[in-house]
Amino acid sequence: MNQINRLREGGRIDRARTLSFTFNGKRYQGHAGDTLASALLANGVNIVNRSFKYSRPRGIVAAGAEEPNALIQLGGTESAQVPNVRATQQALFDGLTAQSTNGWPNVQRDLMSLVGKLGGRFMPPGFYYKTFMAPASMWMTYEKVIRKGAGLGRSPMERDPDSYDHLNQHCDLLVIGAGPVGLAAALTAARSGTRVILCDEQEEMGGSLLDSRELLDNQPAVQWVERVLDELAQCDNVTLLPRTTANGYHDHHFVTLHERRTEHLGETAPQGAGYRPTRSRMHRVRAGQVLLATGAHERPLVYGSNDVPGNLVAGAVSTYVRRYGVVPGNKLILSTTNDYAYRAALDWLDVGREVVAIVDARQAPDGELVAQARARGIRIIEGAAVLEAKGGNRVSGARIAAIDAEAFKVTGQAETLACDTIASSGGYSPVIHLASHTGARPSWNEESLGFVPSLVRGVHAAGSARGVHDLAEGLADGAAMAEQALEALDRPAGPIALPQVDSLREGAACAFYQVPHEKPTLRGPKQFVDQQNDVTAAAIELATREGFESIEHVKRYTAMGFGTDQGKLGNINGMAIAARCLGKTIPEVGTTVFRPNYTPVTFGAIVGRHCRDLFDPERYTALHQWHVEHGAEFEDVGQWKRPWYFPKTVNGKSETLDEAVARECLAVRQGVGVLDASTLGKIDIQGPDAREFLGRVYTNKWAKLAPGRVRYGLMCKDDGMLMDDGTTSCLGENHFLMTTTTGGAAGVMEWLELWHQTEWPELQVYFTSVTDHWATITVTGPEARKLLSEITDIDLDKEQFKFMDWREGQVADVPARVFRISFTGELAYEINVQANYALHVWTTLFEHGDKYDLTPYGTETMHVLRAEKGLIIAGQDTDGSVTPEDLGMQWAVGYDKPFPWIGKRALSRSDTRRKDRKQLVGLKPKDSAVVLEEGAQIVFDPDHAIPMPMVGHVTSSYYSAILGHGIALAVVKGGHHRIGETVYLPMVDGQVHQAEIVSNVFYDPKGERQHV
Amino acid sequence: MFHIYCPYCEEHREEEEFHPKGQAHIARPEEPEACSDEEWGDYLFFRDNPRGIHHELWVHAVGCRKFFNITRHTVSYAILETYKMGELPRFTAEFPEGSLSEKVTTEAEAMSRQEGVKA
Repeated sequence: MNQINRLREGGRIDRARTLSFTFNGKRYQGHAGDTLASALLANGVNIVNRSFKYSRPRGIVAAGAEEPNALIQLGGTESAQVPNVRATQQALFDGLTAQSTNGWPNVQRDLMSLVGKLGGRFMPPGFYYKTFMAPASMWMTYEKVIRKGAGLGRSPMERDPDSYDHLNQHCDLLVIGAGPVGLAAALTAARSGTRVILCDEQEEMGGSLLDSRELLDNQPAVQWVERVLDELAQCDNVTLLPRTTANGYHDHHFVTLHERRTEHLGETAPQGAGYRPTRSRMHRVRAGQVLLATGAHERPLVYGSNDVPGNLVAGAVSTYVRRYGVVPGNKLILSTTNDYAYRAALDWLDVGREVVAIVDARQAPDGELVAQARARGIRIIEGAAVLEAKGGNRVSGARIAAIDAEAFKVTGQAETLACDTIASSGGYSPVIHLASHTGARPSWNEESLGFVPSLVRGVHAAGSARGVHDLAEGLADGAAMAEQALEALDRPAGPIALPQVDSLREGAACAFYQVPHEKPTLRGPKQFVDQQNDVTAAAIELATREGFESIEHVKRYTAMGFGTDQGKLGNINGMAIAARCLGKTIPEVGTTVFRPNYTPVTFGAIVGRHCRDLFDPERYTALHQWHVEHGAEFEDVGQWKRPWYFPKTVNGKSETLDEAVARECLAVRQGVGVLDASTLGKIDIQGPDAREFLGRVYTNKWAKLAPGRVRYGLMCKDDGMLMDDGTTSCLGENHFLMTTTTGGAAGVMEWLELWHQTEWPELQVYFTSVTDHWATITVTGPEARKLLSEITDIDLDKEQFKFMDWREGQVADVPARVFRISFTGELAYEINVQANYALHVWTTLFEHGDKYDLTPYGTETMHVLRAEKGLIIAGQDTDGSVTPEDLGMQWAVGYDKPFPWIGKRALSRSDTRRKDRKQLVGLKPKDSAVVLEEGAQIVFDPDHAIPMPMVGHVTSSYYSAILGHGIALAVVKGGHHRIGETVYLPMVDGQVHQAEIVSNVFYDPKGERQHV
Repeated sequence: MFHIYCPYCEEHREEEEFHPKGQAHIARPEEPEACSDEEWGDYLFFRDNPRGIHHELWVHAVGCRKFFNITRHTVSYAILETYKMGELPRFTAEFPEGSLSEKVTTEAEAMSRQEGVKA
């Protein structure tokens, strides 16, 4: 197909390089240097999308990030799908495949538009909520259909073949935007020798100068751009980042820059010489000072049917003609409020197309550009505006009439002029998004008719970004603001010679946003404010009538400025309309908050390398490989991978979890089992005040614990609630080894430091995390002593080495500490050896363990065994609202210790003394086959009307193989005094389980087995 | 993401290295048993939520593991100073521009090294 709108010459495209691409299944051609949007316009493609809500045909409106309509789904293969790409920002490459985001079955013939046509009038803001309100249960069904009709792109269903990077960057000055202002600023800073990063979101740096009519130093502006970029590229202290969008401005000058490295080359990163480059990078920049040279977005005027393809903002017309060599029509009408937009008409005329008329809202405009247009014979209609565009799939004409902007009235008879393109300009809105991210509220500038950024310390704005739109003034402003930033850095500025600009005198612009119509806004043709979200002037008017006065509420009710658009094109117009309806001024109405990201960022760039295997670190014990080789199933405990159970193959079938756990449990109860307990937190505590410190952070007593002895301790917060538990061993008079739960290790360590550093710095005590230094191997079961005695020189005699003792010696010929503590209720030894000896000790145990049928067991068996003994797991049986007394562990509370230890005072608060607190008990299901659900709610009266008073819940529940029935731990209101009572557990499926409240110690209640 | 000057490491580091630990200068009552339930409840649970200058306790969790204090503006998020345990802040609600009373003159000198902390 011909590029019917392509000019024979001019622009920054390479006509010698032709690129093929596919859009909505049809093949087209463009040139190197095109964006997808310019290539589509060159090929005369009018309709690029269907609108979000009304399914109206939509064309390209703008030429940059502010484009609301040309959202496309990029990607020819499933894994390369990228949703919501603006065609105006996508460089054309050979083989590019894209389709419209909306439109079913296609954009040319869209069935959903019937809904828009028939129902358009009946789809006011809140339509979906108002219409599909009842019944509530049906909303999920409605939503599926609505989403299909109104979707915004889709994510790929296959794995992304590309990789992405994060780069941490530091610089003295970050300059955002490489238009004339940013270049002047960067050059000033570069010559001072400071570290500068200059980023720009476009394919080429140069901004407005790439399509400028102005001469710099009597030469085309692009030549100045090339000279400056050459100089900057030579500077070691300058980093140039083209194709890089500053998307978010975060605290303390932390700015995220998204650099697209290969998006202009192909839909996935092309293979390099021996490597594949990353597709994009996220630069995490910590800047000393930041200069915003982000320019301005031109505001379109809001008039009837202003969304028909062929309606563009004036500046975009100039950009397409001058930068891309594309003229998007034949007959142009320009509707404007300012002189600058006249360039569009002059550019149009320069390439030999017809300018039907310029419609200027001002009376007697008199700037030099106006004079030029007049001199070239263009008809200028003063004090008037385009009321309404005519045409369906393309503009066919414009209705024009004299208007009174102040009174919001049409004052003259309308005439209709034939044309195929309407360009409009209602002024220029500084791009204040990044400044808004810092939380600073922008202020309205009456002179430049736009919101200008308020700036926090260290942020500077220059040029159009703060309403200084004139080129010569902007260049000077860029240099001046750079000097200001350098001053804050205490670095002398390198003076630069600014280029000579032949500025044209401009007349004053007028404040004009929504064009009046003969009919009231609610009855006239639709006037679109936010085309991406299909928000009309009527919708805003209706919102104010329905009582929404705050602009933030109007925004949410109408969806104006939502989504990927973030109000780039329409927000100021929307605020102006709200202001008119509310009888307020724009500054009184104020602006909504712009949020990161400025434009959508692909998730790949956000996660960088932190995905798949590197998403979260995995911690392995020294024995991990053995577990893998012996078929362990693993459980995640914090970041640790712990063996969950070790299924055996029986008769060619792998055991289930229940079968394996039952076997492992019985092995420990009747023979001997071995557990890798290395993940337990271990903290080495030393110092003359170590003992005193322990007494303050644990609830129980530590004053008399002798070297060689071990004690179980409870740790509370100062609110009296259990936080962690574990054993601490006295290694020497001033030396202790504390163990914590696997998950609590880091938190406990920080907790100890907190109290030592902030409350008791006078105590001489030091903490060292030794979790990874020691491997812990638990040998437990009636045969444990026999097995261990074969490989150790430690005297295991039950009188010499008692329960809660520890001894040092050799195990399997390596130095070891052996702790006689038990989490199973059986005879148990916890062998601690240096981690790199662990595998040797472990395998030596198995060499000797065969005759005892030594059985490795995992965390599930560990849980069952400890639950049979009523031993708690902090964080499973407790939840931050459970005191030691609630657990029935008064025996571990030293009420008479001299120092007011952490948690003591809270135990005498009225609330912690209540009799009906939830207390830990055991539950024995009446039906021995039942294993209660963990988390199940407990009631006293199952016949009580719903909602029933819930009196507790199950915290742990298992099947006990040794007892032959289910067991559970639970917290129940006043449970300690309810032993023997029956409670009920109503389940989701209607069943009601019955259980008897029993002691939490189910097995060996006298605790004899661990003392043998 | 904050950029925090650790007064012990004497370096600016990224917020990822630190943990916030709540309001600073909450002293545990010397004699908890002498507190009424209400006083104890105040100590445990009640914290200020000022609009403006706020003193916070932070820890350089994956750095030197030291606890220290930050004076931060809760609107602008600007960190006005960081100071070691036991030292007094220079910037307070009473002296938002910084005080140089006798008591803190010596600390203030140390603080001035950290001008760059201010956002």
